[in-house]
Amino acid sequence: MSSNHPSNNLPPLIFNLIVLCLAFTSGFIIMAIELLGGRILAPYFGSSIYVWGSIITIFMLSLSIGYLSGGRLSINNPHLGRYGVFFLAAAITLLPTIIWSNNIMDWVFVRLEDPRYGSLVASTLLFFIPTAILGMIAPYSVRLLVAHAAHAGQIAGRLYFISTLGSALGTLATSFYLVLWFEVDAILMTMSAVLAAGGVSAMLAYWSHRT
Amino acid sequence: MMRLWVLLVLLVLAIPSLQAKEIHREKSLYRNIVVKEADGRRCLLFSVQRGDRHQTCMDLQDPKRLVFPYVRMSFGGLLLNPNPARVLVIGLGGGSIPTALSELFPAAMIDVVEIDEAVVRVARQYFNFTESAHLKVKVSDARVFIKRALLLDRTYDLIILDAFTGDYIPEHLMTQEFLQESHDLLSEDGVLVANTFSTSVLYDHESETYQSVFGDYLNFKLPISGNRVIIAGRQGLPSDFVIKSQASRLVESLRPYGIDPRTYPANMSREKDWDRTRRLLTDQYAPANLLRGED
Repeated sequence: MSSNHPSNNLPPLIFNLIVLCLAFTSGFIIMAIELLGGRILAPYFGSSIYVWGSIITIFMLSLSIGYLSGGRLSINNPHLGRYGVFFLAAAITLLPTIIWSNNIMDWVFVRLEDPRYGSLVASTLLFFIPTAILGMIAPYSVRLLVAHAAHAGQIAGRLYFISTLGSALGTLATSFYLVLWFEVDAILMTMSAVLAAGGVSAMLAYWSHRT
Repeated sequence: MMRLWVLLVLLVLAIPSLQAKEIHREKSLYRNIVVKEADGRRCLLFSVQRGDRHQTCMDLQDPKRLVFPYVRMSFGGLLLNPNPARVLVIGLGGGSIPTALSELFPAAMIDVVEIDEAVVRVARQYFNFTESAHLKVKVSDARVFIKRALLLDRTYDLIILDAFTGDYIPEHLMTQEFLQESHDLLSEDGVLVANTFSTSVLYDHESETYQSVFGDYLNFKLPISGNRVIIAGRQGLPSDFVIKSQASRLVESLRPYGIDPRTYPANMSREKDWDRTRRLLTDQYAPANLLRGED
């Protein structure tokens, strides 16, 4: 393996495993947050179809921007350390959503009477930044794992597979069980902690094997 | 062979229509709405697939008479506050509750909140529901309406919560925070009446949640009805004696609606007959639809 490969000196198997595990985790957490978004907005904007429309719109929009910028950031000297930073940043930017969600929605509620635009603006303020950062992870993962152009499609496919599988399980786990057992904030706090732990692990793996 | 099948299918399709004539059917944003007529009654039905659920029925000979016990039970709140000047009804259905209230209290201002515009149209067209200067309908989510009403410093003497169709519970209308907002929207001697569930562990969770906001309340159940009606006051409850004397005073005015309030006080219990260790339902923890499936 060439010396400028993003894996550094980590054994390839370990390196691949770290990236795939983290891609799975981000997929899981994106959908868990999206589903809980409905819960968070309902007390202010109801749970009608337009509230889901707002949430899905903002998630799609922020993911799309995340993909674009994540891909851009993967050009210069991609490595696991910076990959970990995405997770840490997502964990941190999720905190205002948890701590100040009611203040943010109060602020929107008194200013926008139409619950369609209210829920759209509230979704933007609450979810845009953490979701965009989570979106950066997908293209960056591809770049980290692709060693040869010939395998790019296969590796991208494997990554989509693992992160979308994570999304499916995140959706199922959250809607069937997590909301039955835990409070919304407790689930989100755990998600933030898991993201932070994943980010720190990736950074440690990178720094400990630096040449 | 083919012809036999067609015949069979037609026959199967024809059987229900022999019993009940379908007058109207539409798919709204929220549900399937069907209006049927049978045995001199016209009924509004939601979600027809899983057994016909009659949301509300109107007696075509005697449109004033309230056909269903749970609808009549909603008037139990009048035993606590016999002369409401401002009323909020959450959930329109066929409009029988707000219509009766506007006849009983012509001077009262009645607001109805209904989430589904199609239900409003159907109530107007098929159930003689008419709005007036004193009876207004707003198409909105109830939680949004109540939050907005609080901002505008409005109050209500009577709030009737009739938003649960039986199939799906709007979970944000069964939390401690929602009940607190409804409580704060009540006037000093205001009363909240909630037509709700009597089975599954949800009964325990819901009962405990109401207790946490209103303190003691009346659990109103009739043997002929599968539901229960919660009657809670902003400032606690009057004595049994006051409730009973109020009931006898209301006998005459409620008679045209088929309501006999004298039978009510004995079925209004102050007993906490639920598992008091159950978790409160909050905006943070509101899996009402999942809890409903648990025994």
